[in-house]
Amino acid sequence: MVTENFLNLPQTTTAEAAVEPARDATPESVIDVRELQAYYGENRALKDISLSLYSRRVSAIIGPSGCGKSTLVRCLNRMHEMSSGGHVKGEVLYQGENIYGAGVDPVELRSRIGMVFQKPNPFPKSIFENVAFGLKVNGISGNTSERVERSLRRAALWDEVKDRLKQSALQLSGGQQQRLCIARALAVEPEVILMDEPCSALDPMATLAVEELIRELSQEVTIIIVTHNMQQAARVSHHTAFLMMDQDKAGYLVEYGPTSEVFTNPKSEHTEAYITGRFS
Amino acid sequence: MIPAIARDRPIPMSRTVRKARGTAFILLAILATSLGMVALAALLLDVLRDGIGVLSLEFINSFPHYQAEKAGAKSALAGTLWVMSLTAVFAMVAGVGAAIYLEEFAVRNWFTRIVEININNLAGVPSVVYGLLGLAIFVYWMGLGRSVLAGALTLALLILPIIVVAAREGLRSVPPTIREAAMALGSTRWQAVRFQVLPAAMPTILTGFILALARAVGETAPLIAIGAFTTVLFVPTTPTDSFTVLPVQIYSWISKPLPEFRENAAAGIIVLLVVLMLMNAVAITLRNIYSRRSRW
Repeated sequence: MVTENFLNLPQTTTAEAAVEPARDATPESVIDVRELQAYYGENRALKDISLSLYSRRVSAIIGPSGCGKSTLVRCLNRMHEMSSGGHVKGEVLYQGENIYGAGVDPVELRSRIGMVFQKPNPFPKSIFENVAFGLKVNGISGNTSERVERSLRRAALWDEVKDRLKQSALQLSGGQQQRLCIARALAVEPEVILMDEPCSALDPMATLAVEELIRELSQEVTIIIVTHNMQQAARVSHHTAFLMMDQDKAGYLVEYGPTSEVFTNPKSEHTEAYITGRFS
Repeated sequence: MIPAIARDRPIPMSRTVRKARGTAFILLAILATSLGMVALAALLLDVLRDGIGVLSLEFINSFPHYQAEKAGAKSALAGTLWVMSLTAVFAMVAGVGAAIYLEEFAVRNWFTRIVEININNLAGVPSVVYGLLGLAIFVYWMGLGRSVLAGALTLALLILPIIVVAAREGLRSVPPTIREAAMALGSTRWQAVRFQVLPAAMPTILTGFILALARAVGETAPLIAIGAFTTVLFVPTTPTDSFTVLPVQIYSWISKPLPEFRENAAAGIIVLLVVLMLMNAVAITLRNIYSRRSRW
């Protein structure tokens, strides 16, 4: 079996992650994926995925590249159907309701399940307008500047940008841009935030800042993060799902459980091989 | 003995030859650029020499006359301003609308592909054909007569394909991640286009618009085909009035036998160029406003 510190993780952060789930004993599931199949045209990208994602927890999705990690999170807010030929079979229950059911408006759904992308993608507009955009399109009136400030504070960006809200968001550094994208998502007060490799374009310091933010936010928001960085998964998440590709190049769920168990005592030999770096 | 690896490699060109080739290419590029500049300068000088003597406020403020020294371009200038303003509105609305539909909403199938091919083909149709089309549809069938409106609609049709192609190019240059970001915040597809994609595409769209308008402002054939009059002794006050435009007026002066009218034509060309430059200035200012925020 795998030894305790095989990844040379900073001991403090793993300890924190391991201790934290004691916050409330039985986590409540907010998203239930039931036998989900995702397709691009004829090609099946995901096969028989079933798992429950817990409220106010950080769930990490890891796995080798091409195994469908991103496709899986994009199925959770119906962004997958925006890709050409993208469609699904199976169910995704969000608070008990199937988001692929008749009468579900994907536009409304996306204002409740926010998303942060791999590459920071702020709008080519001012910092303020970036955060306020979600409010505008969702018809949330009221004190916009107050909401913008609160979102920027929650994203730990306020102090860095409070004097230049009118400046272009593209002048910010990559890490700041990504935190701005998180602030933008937070402004519409979603219950869940999906993050698709949010740190893959960031330097180590900016990555640490975003990870710190994820831990902070998980007090009040459910976070589902795709990462190709196993140490990151170990550092920030409470639960980890490990995906792999089968011979037909369709991703399937190998193992899902509390992060500490997946990393220290994996049930599957594939998981063990992956997290010890024997394939990637 | 030469090692095997070195034997297989092609003999590299000497550095002197490579540098000489580079220099030769730069010289060729400068030559190509200066050809255009020289031609333009020659044209401007020739026109200025002929026309500057006639050009005055009086010239701009007089109607056509059978005596060259009393003739002016008032009605033609007014007609050009009228027709171009309406053309700009029609072509922009229809062109950008079509581009948004094709690029952002239409499902790719045989129908949209046929529409695409046809739009590209339309850009190559000779302008006089548009004139005949305008005559048949706008002047007779819709009963607009030989009016400013019929002229503007004809010119709008003429430049529509240019604007559609430019606008699609502009929309396509906006990264898909911007659309995804907007949609992921719960905006509808239209909101994403209206508030994010279109403003970001605007600089490219306006560049195409400038080129298209520059083409329309100089068109003579289609307007003669729909019957723009050569001698108009009044300023159009409504879109249904008859009209003439600067290129038609210039053409009519050039075709007169008296040499004095050639000077009038040259002065008319100067007025036309000034109108063109003012239009471009407006469009360029708009473009700069949109692209002031740095791009990705």
